[in-house]
Amino acid sequence: MSMLDRKLRRDLLRMKGQAAAIALVVACAVAAYVGSTTTYRALRSSNEEYYDRFAFADVFAELRRAPATLASRIAEIPGSGTVETRIVADGPMNIPDFAEPATAHLVSIPPGGPRLNRLVLLSGRMPEPGSDEALAGETLLKLHHLHLGDAVSVILEGARRTLRIVGTATSPEFIFEIRPGDLLPDDAHFAVFWAPEADLAAAMRMEGAFNNVVLRLAPGADRQNVLDNLDRLLEPYGCLGAYGRDRHVSHRFISDEIRQLQGVAVFMPAVFLGVAAFLLNVAFSRLVGTQREQIAAIKALGYGNAAVGLHFLQLAGVIVLLGTLVGTLAGAWFGSVMTKMYALFYHLPLFRYELDPSAVAAAVLLSLLTAFAGVAGAVRRAVRLPPAEAMRPPAPPRYRATLLERLGLGRLLGPVGRMILRSLGRRPVRALLTAVGVAAAMAILVLGAFLDDSISWMMDLQFRRAQLEDATVTFVEPRDPAVVVELRGLPGVSRVEPFRAVPVVLRAGHRTWRIGILGLPASPALHRISDRGGNLVDIPAAGLMLTDKLADLLHVHPGDDLGVDVLEGTRPRKTVRLAAVVRDLIGLSAYMELDALNRLAGHGPAVSGAFLSVDQASEKELHRRLKDAPMVAGVLLQRVAVASFEATNAQYLLFFTGILVLFAAVISVGVVYNSARVTLAERERELASLRVLGFTRGEVSAVLLGELAVLVVLALPLGCLFGVGFSALIARNLSSDLFRVPLVVENSTFAFAALVVLGASLLTALAVRRRIDRLDLVEVLKTKE
Amino acid sequence: MRLWSAGNDDDARPAPGTPVFVARDLTKVYRMGEVEVHALRGMDLELFAGEFVVLLGPSGSGKSTLLNILGGLDVPSGGTVRYREHDLVGANERLLTKYRREHVGFVFQFYNLIPSLTARENIALVTEISRHPMAPEEALALVDLADRMDHFPSQLSGGQQQRVAIARAVAKRPDVLLCDEPTGALDITSGKVVLGVLARVNRELGTTTAVITHNAAIAAMADRVVTIADGRISKVLRNEHKASPEDLAW
Repeated sequence: MSMLDRKLRRDLLRMKGQAAAIALVVACAVAAYVGSTTTYRALRSSNEEYYDRFAFADVFAELRRAPATLASRIAEIPGSGTVETRIVADGPMNIPDFAEPATAHLVSIPPGGPRLNRLVLLSGRMPEPGSDEALAGETLLKLHHLHLGDAVSVILEGARRTLRIVGTATSPEFIFEIRPGDLLPDDAHFAVFWAPEADLAAAMRMEGAFNNVVLRLAPGADRQNVLDNLDRLLEPYGCLGAYGRDRHVSHRFISDEIRQLQGVAVFMPAVFLGVAAFLLNVAFSRLVGTQREQIAAIKALGYGNAAVGLHFLQLAGVIVLLGTLVGTLAGAWFGSVMTKMYALFYHLPLFRYELDPSAVAAAVLLSLLTAFAGVAGAVRRAVRLPPAEAMRPPAPPRYRATLLERLGLGRLLGPVGRMILRSLGRRPVRALLTAVGVAAAMAILVLGAFLDDSISWMMDLQFRRAQLEDATVTFVEPRDPAVVVELRGLPGVSRVEPFRAVPVVLRAGHRTWRIGILGLPASPALHRISDRGGNLVDIPAAGLMLTDKLADLLHVHPGDDLGVDVLEGTRPRKTVRLAAVVRDLIGLSAYMELDALNRLAGHGPAVSGAFLSVDQASEKELHRRLKDAPMVAGVLLQRVAVASFEATNAQYLLFFTGILVLFAAVISVGVVYNSARVTLAERERELASLRVLGFTRGEVSAVLLGELAVLVVLALPLGCLFGVGFSALIARNLSSDLFRVPLVVENSTFAFAALVVLGASLLTALAVRRRIDRLDLVEVLKTKE
Repeated sequence: MRLWSAGNDDDARPAPGTPVFVARDLTKVYRMGEVEVHALRGMDLELFAGEFVVLLGPSGSGKSTLLNILGGLDVPSGGTVRYREHDLVGANERLLTKYRREHVGFVFQFYNLIPSLTARENIALVTEISRHPMAPEEALALVDLADRMDHFPSQLSGGQQQRVAIARAVAKRPDVLLCDEPTGALDITSGKVVLGVLARVNRELGTTTAVITHNAAIAAMADRVVTIADGRISKVLRNEHKASPEDLAW
């Protein structure tokens, strides 16, 4: 080992506290990068592989009923590859020992098995036709403690059917399982089944017919062209409009997730690496400062500039590589936990986690680059340091009266206060960067808690303050409004608010969007609409109201006319004025006044369902009655869905907030400790002199720690500001058609962030205080100036 | 004058008495904080092979600046200076580094040992990059510190540290040994031991040695004493009888 390497090793040992602090910050960056990048890649590649191997379709269409012979004409559409016609049905489901109403979503299995959206058989066997057998999603069995061989019953076409579960499966169209039209996944009340085509055709009276088409595009096909042709072909059969993957709900959820992870994989490491670069800069500037004479001696002995520069770069490199090692291990753990969470949330049978070597290599490269950027200035100084100049003592640091003192405020400060102010004023950039570093820690905490704040606020607003219904009942067919009286007569129902839902295609120029318009009373009492600010919004008496995001997608503004193709009944084509947009939080919605919607649909008064306010005591009895009502297509229990979403979400947030608190604590400790050690090293003599002059340990500590306290206090408001900034960035990253994450940061979040930063700083200060107490006065003053 | 060449062009030591350093009209101005310092104001000087020279002068007379220029640590603002065939004024940083590495041994007032390296390792720092070094152990024996080999600088007294620094300077068998106030930080007893070591190196290895000091008592042990004042040479004196370091007193 060369002597410079030995010096390196011992220097590293001497500065082990600082080195560890820096290495830990680097470790956080690497952990965040490796963890999210590898999870992101695992998610993306598993998803792609799954789509590929199990033939996820490119185009989807739902219709009322078409003869099986139409399939060959669909296959003739230029650009269409494999075509599969299916029967898909939804029906109320009765799960043994489960009182609440649930919905079954059934998909037919063609003879010989599906060629598109192929099944992954997870357990059991394929169902035999003619024996009521079916495959079910795994979650159903897990959540309801069912076993293979158990049965559930489903009401299809008004008749009760038994489904005996002989196996569990999943398929690429159900990576994310959500009931059509729902805003939140609700695994307890919604399940997917696959049943033999013949059985489902019999149950749905669809022999020789189909009501669902999926197809794969031929290579190089023009998707829009295929969609248009398919629409034309299927329109007479009650098609609600064919759509591509981009509007497939499961696909959209998973693509959003992948996009968000990618954002996190860039954003978080960037913050940490920035802080690490700053810490390295401060630590190495100081190191080069203290080693002035050593550097001069080494040069005098005949070592070249390159050797001296390399020596310091190596030192930084070693620190960073240590951090990278720890970070990679933490990142691998972080990634595997995230992967497990995704596996819980998404049904991805091929999902496996791999520590991608290229991600690790990128992390190593990134952190080394950061390190070198951080120490470049200090190393350049070391290289440029003329040895003769280094032999001379450095010119005394230039202190000046600070601006505050020049304004005459100096008299208000004691000598200690003035020392603190001048010391800060002498290195304003470093002081500012230290405050920025602490502020970054606080911002990360704010960011972590902000997600909880925003999601809680959003859920609370949407489901507790705006929407007051306890249950939503949907009918199989639109019904006469008189049904409201019937519903009001059900046990425990205190309030009924009917609604109408009409599937339409909205047209604005060449832009179209398929959606169900929700018809509500002008001033809904239960299902109230709220904007992002929490203000309740009335339904316009005439015309349409759209989610602002949807209006943007269609490029329309209030006052514009939109084409509306009604996709039910006599299927009229009409024009309707966009009366208002609503800045709501969840999903993309279209609203109209109930009667206006019925007129638009060319229909007399009718309702598609109703929102109910239910007395909790009678809930069980109500569930039983609704489950048995053949006219009811589905019942959604708002409260249960929200609770289950919040439980899943809480699990995520607990994990992420925990990680972020750890990260933030590392940064706070790193920055404060580093700053304290550097200041202590620079001012050891000065502090010792003060002690000799009769200052107490406390007073001397106050000089040093006071400086830090000023910086930490300055950092707090800055941290709040950064936190809101980071949160706004992340809110934008997380916002999608499905959710608009509002920027809500509660005061308690700021308080929490401030407390963690103050706590970490205080602990660090105490550790440094011990060093000040142990300052050997004689030793310090004996050494030369 | 010879140009700088890649190889070690002058392994052979010049015969005693031939000039190795020739400086003409040296000036040096540098900034110290906000103050401009005229350290050298036109200095002419020769140093001869194998001699022991004491450069005597008060603080701020410019003697350290002169030594730094002779050692290739600094370049003058004006004038010429040659070490044998080498022009030290026009040389770039890389050539000066090579010059220091091959020809010069430095001893500083504050020793400038690397605190994280032991005595032996401090010497190895130099021997690793030299062409014909002596073993670090041999160098330490020369300064009577063979028993302190594995001590860190913080475990050595000032005099011992300075002897390690001398061992480090001579371990590469330099042609010239430049010492800047080698006893400045030492008590008289340690100082005499250190001077004894310097005299012994000069005598036994024949290394041209220049010692700068403001301590006039040291002048008695030199072959020649050059007195510097205010950036110029004010007096040159040749000692007919060199005193032994043990006999010095201050």
